[in-house]
Amino acid sequence: MTRALGHYTLRIVRELGDFGLFTSRSLGAAVGSRKLGRRVVRSIYEQGVRCVPVIMIVGLFTGLVLGLQGYYVLNKFGSSGLLGTLVSLTLVRELAPVLAALMLVGQAGSALAAELGIQRNSEQIDALETMGADAHAYLISPRLIAAVLVFPIQTAFFCLIGLFGGYLSGSVVLALQPGVYWSAVFRAVHPVDVRECMIKAAIFGVLTIAICAYNGFNAHRRTSSSGARAVSASTTRAVVISSITVLAADYVITSFLV
Amino acid sequence: MSIAIEADLFLDVRGVAKRFGENAVLAGVDLAVPRGSVVTVLGKSGTGKSVFLKCLAGIVTPDAGEIRFDGKPLNAGDAGCRAEFRRRCSYLFQSNALLDSLTVLENVALPLESTTQVPNREIRERALEALRQLDLEKHSDRHPGQLSGGMQKRLALARAIVTRPELVLFDEPTAGLDPLRRNAVFEMIVKYQRQFGFTAVLVTHDLPEALVSSDQVALLDGGRMRFQGTPAEFNASDDPTVRSFRDSAGELRDTIAALRRGETVQNRNDL
Repeated sequence: MTRALGHYTLRIVRELGDFGLFTSRSLGAAVGSRKLGRRVVRSIYEQGVRCVPVIMIVGLFTGLVLGLQGYYVLNKFGSSGLLGTLVSLTLVRELAPVLAALMLVGQAGSALAAELGIQRNSEQIDALETMGADAHAYLISPRLIAAVLVFPIQTAFFCLIGLFGGYLSGSVVLALQPGVYWSAVFRAVHPVDVRECMIKAAIFGVLTIAICAYNGFNAHRRTSSSGARAVSASTTRAVVISSITVLAADYVITSFLV
Repeated sequence: MSIAIEADLFLDVRGVAKRFGENAVLAGVDLAVPRGSVVTVLGKSGTGKSVFLKCLAGIVTPDAGEIRFDGKPLNAGDAGCRAEFRRRCSYLFQSNALLDSLTVLENVALPLESTTQVPNREIRERALEALRQLDLEKHSDRHPGQLSGGMQKRLALARAIVTRPELVLFDEPTAGLDPLRRNAVFEMIVKYQRQFGFTAVLVTHDLPEALVSSDQVALLDGGRMRFQGTPAEFNASDDPTVRSFRDSAGELRDTIAALRRGETVQNRNDL
């Protein structure tokens, strides 16, 4: 039992070290990489443009639900005028960065892990290395750079559409005056809240894309499965670990920022 | 085992061993590759030919042995030495390993972008020239998935030669091709080998084609190189492993004839 626990702990420590080296190597490899800009633009398209619809839909429904629940709870205490405060602070401080990151993990992160796993299986990554190309610079660096830019922008979209969802619930479906709702929003949100929201989003972006890339890139190192099964197992693992990491990192970052 | 020419070895492999868990795939493989020659490594499926070639290319790290490239040892730990090797060597994968997200032209341009400081305009011209030589120029904007199997093979070859390498490693370049295309690929390899003067190491099962297109052939069996010599020496060899591989077509003819006569034939256990 103790031996098994020791083995498991060592494996986790080794994998964390490996992951750290992988991420730092990928970020370092960006320096001087040829045609990096073009690959970053392409990654922005993959993580950004293609994921906008899902961010919009989830953001809208989150705002709608927050508005609905918040209105009835606040109304009991005669404070329905604070609905804008509740919706905006909940979104900006917590829900928008976390939910946007989870959505991006589900869409862009899983696609990245699967794509890299297939490229590993079909020897495309080996081919890059035999050609003298740095596979980290070619495949991973642009994705990490794109994540730092895309995740905050997607989070901002999420916030805006979520606020609009809160307005729809509170002022269109229910009886709150639109002016009361929007003035509460503008009074509640300070620049420091927006800054913290963007910092969280950027950190979640780097962490989740690095985790997904690491799992896809090393799909061949899985001993429990091989071929297509290794790709599917790596993709599942990437999504699960990324999702847990977002929630854990959110707690850690919040405890530092509060 | 017949010993190869000692003089001017471009690639000198001694005692390369590789084990995957309990399975010792290579158990001390030697190979001597003279400069400017075409050397073909033959062997049954599963004898470790591709693993051997991947050890040469640095994709797989051997457990033991020494590989000397142009007189200098290639150590896995020496990044500079490996980078120099990769700059001067190309590898043609059995699966072609074309980057399916890139166009035909981008695939061919990639090795030049990675290993040279040539301006982008010249890279494009050289990539187009390589495509022209292999009759792929008009497909330059398509993606590899839109090409036929033979065209993909030609594209992989164009990518392998675009950097004008001094050594090209071919991993089963004719796998899955019909006899006509197989001949075309061998012709292509010999033609460009003569034209560009690179040294070629091929791994294949295609014995007749290998014998006519190679300067030397080697036979890998049981984790060791059982033979290396010229095609004439291979044809004259009395070594039982060489004989069994060489005479496999005749054996098949005899076995089929016996089966048709209704005789009992012992099952083969070497599949």
